[in-house]
Amino acid sequence: MSETVLDVRDLEAGYEPGVPIVRGASITVRKGEIVVVLGPNGAGKSSFIKAIAGLVPITGGTVFLDGRDITAAPAHTMVRLGLAFVPQTENIFPLMSVEDNLRVACGILERREIPGRIEEMYAAFPDLVRQRRTAAGNLSGGQRQMLAVARALIVHPKVLVLDEPSAGLSPKFVSMVFEMLAGIRKSGVTILLVEQNAKAALAIGDRAYVLVEGKDRHEGIASELWNDPVVAELYLGQRPQLHKGGAA
Amino acid sequence: MSLQFVVDGLLTGSMIGLGAIGVTLTYSILRFSNFAHGDFMAWGTYATLAVVSAIGAMFGKVAPIGPLSFGWPLLVALVVGMAFTALLALLLDKVLFSRLRSQGQAIIVVMASFGASMALRSLLEFTFTSRPTYFSRAIQIAMPVGFGIRITPDQIALLLLTATLVLGVHLLMTRTQTGRSMQALSQNAALARIVGIDVASVVRVTWIIGGALACVAGVMIGVLVQIRPFMGFDMLLPMFAAAILGGIGSIPGAVLGGLIIGLAEAGAVQLIGAEWRAAVSFIILMAVLFVRPIGLFGVRER
Repeated sequence: MSETVLDVRDLEAGYEPGVPIVRGASITVRKGEIVVVLGPNGAGKSSFIKAIAGLVPITGGTVFLDGRDITAAPAHTMVRLGLAFVPQTENIFPLMSVEDNLRVACGILERREIPGRIEEMYAAFPDLVRQRRTAAGNLSGGQRQMLAVARALIVHPKVLVLDEPSAGLSPKFVSMVFEMLAGIRKSGVTILLVEQNAKAALAIGDRAYVLVEGKDRHEGIASELWNDPVVAELYLGQRPQLHKGGAA
Repeated sequence: MSLQFVVDGLLTGSMIGLGAIGVTLTYSILRFSNFAHGDFMAWGTYATLAVVSAIGAMFGKVAPIGPLSFGWPLLVALVVGMAFTALLALLLDKVLFSRLRSQGQAIIVVMASFGASMALRSLLEFTFTSRPTYFSRAIQIAMPVGFGIRITPDQIALLLLTATLVLGVHLLMTRTQTGRSMQALSQNAALARIVGIDVASVVRVTWIIGGALACVAGVMIGVLVQIRPFMGFDMLLPMFAAAILGGIGSIPGAVLGGLIIGLAEAGAVQLIGAEWRAAVSFIILMAVLFVRPIGLFGVRER
């Protein structure tokens, strides 16, 4: 078993004190994996992943990245610590050019490294090259998502964290985004993503967690979870057909 | 109609434009209208005046540079004044604005800036009285440059200084990581943090630029007109009108807005009389808000 990159233990988080949205959720992400967090609407998936990225106040539990405690780290230090986050919406700077969107994210890189790194991103996302001078707000939905991912990858993160990368995209772009994520994993990047589109996410994922009411309730191999009756119960609210329990 | 209004308008416009840069930056990055910005101008000017006097006391009378009305002491004092005004802005942010900003209601910060404006202005009146004062009482002869236009050496020097500063700020905003971070923060504060931008340090840079330019605008008024505790407060309406006309957040817009308002004011003085001067920015502001609220270079908020 390969080493753990991200280790989240009993995480509690919420915007208001005394009103936790995330209530003791634990997950681990190992090097080179794609881990998917699923769950019904309102399960706290988005708050969970935002809390890890330092965007929702954490009231309990711990987050370790590569053995280092990043629980209390402010959001702007996350890229330096090795965690790059792609928000669900508004994940680009609309009035800045594509190139400036990439460049503004390079704050932690060595100055001489930046031009080469930008070219590497263009090589990985050829659609963006032609648009390098275009204001990012004029890109199509799929291209925006590419730019947001490229912007996150440009700083060599240890783990790439995505909040519903397929949300709001047309079906054609949805499959494109998931193919892109599978390709990124092949290049050795560890990925954690929250998804509403369970089927597509499980198809590219290695392992998955099901989050319900702010807690991780089930864990399993991604390819097996789609047919798991416990998941059906937790996720779709159906009665279990075979057996009860099994909650992690 | 004499074309002299062009020179007068460009000069007034430069003062307004330099001030409007600070207003537009504060508005787009910190998300509030800073009504104390005019008083930064006045404080910067009095600080510069104090340093000029101190240099005068130490080195005696210094000959002016070429045909200008001022010598090196004013240039040195201006740099000190800019630093002082930047520090004043940072201090005010630390003790007042940043605390209120963290409560998340913009209107509270705006009201606080009203209060700060009054306090700063009254302190100046208390210390220096409300009597006008001058950097130099020497009278400059305006040179004819054709088309019935006359211009003094001081005016040429200050127009060049404005152009240099505006170009410098524009390059800073578009070509440096600091400038890109400022743009990023004004477009999406949450995403700016996600991509690793330290919001606190960008906020500091914003105050430093705004404060320093306010000081330059104030000193321009001091050199060309006079120094009074109300000198900055009186510029508030034209500055806001310029920032809004140019489109909030746009540096070139703020400067162009300033020049347009300056020229309109100077033209109005000739056409309809000096008593209507102050009405010009008000009318332009109303017109922009009715016709194109996002301004010349503005972009609709998504």
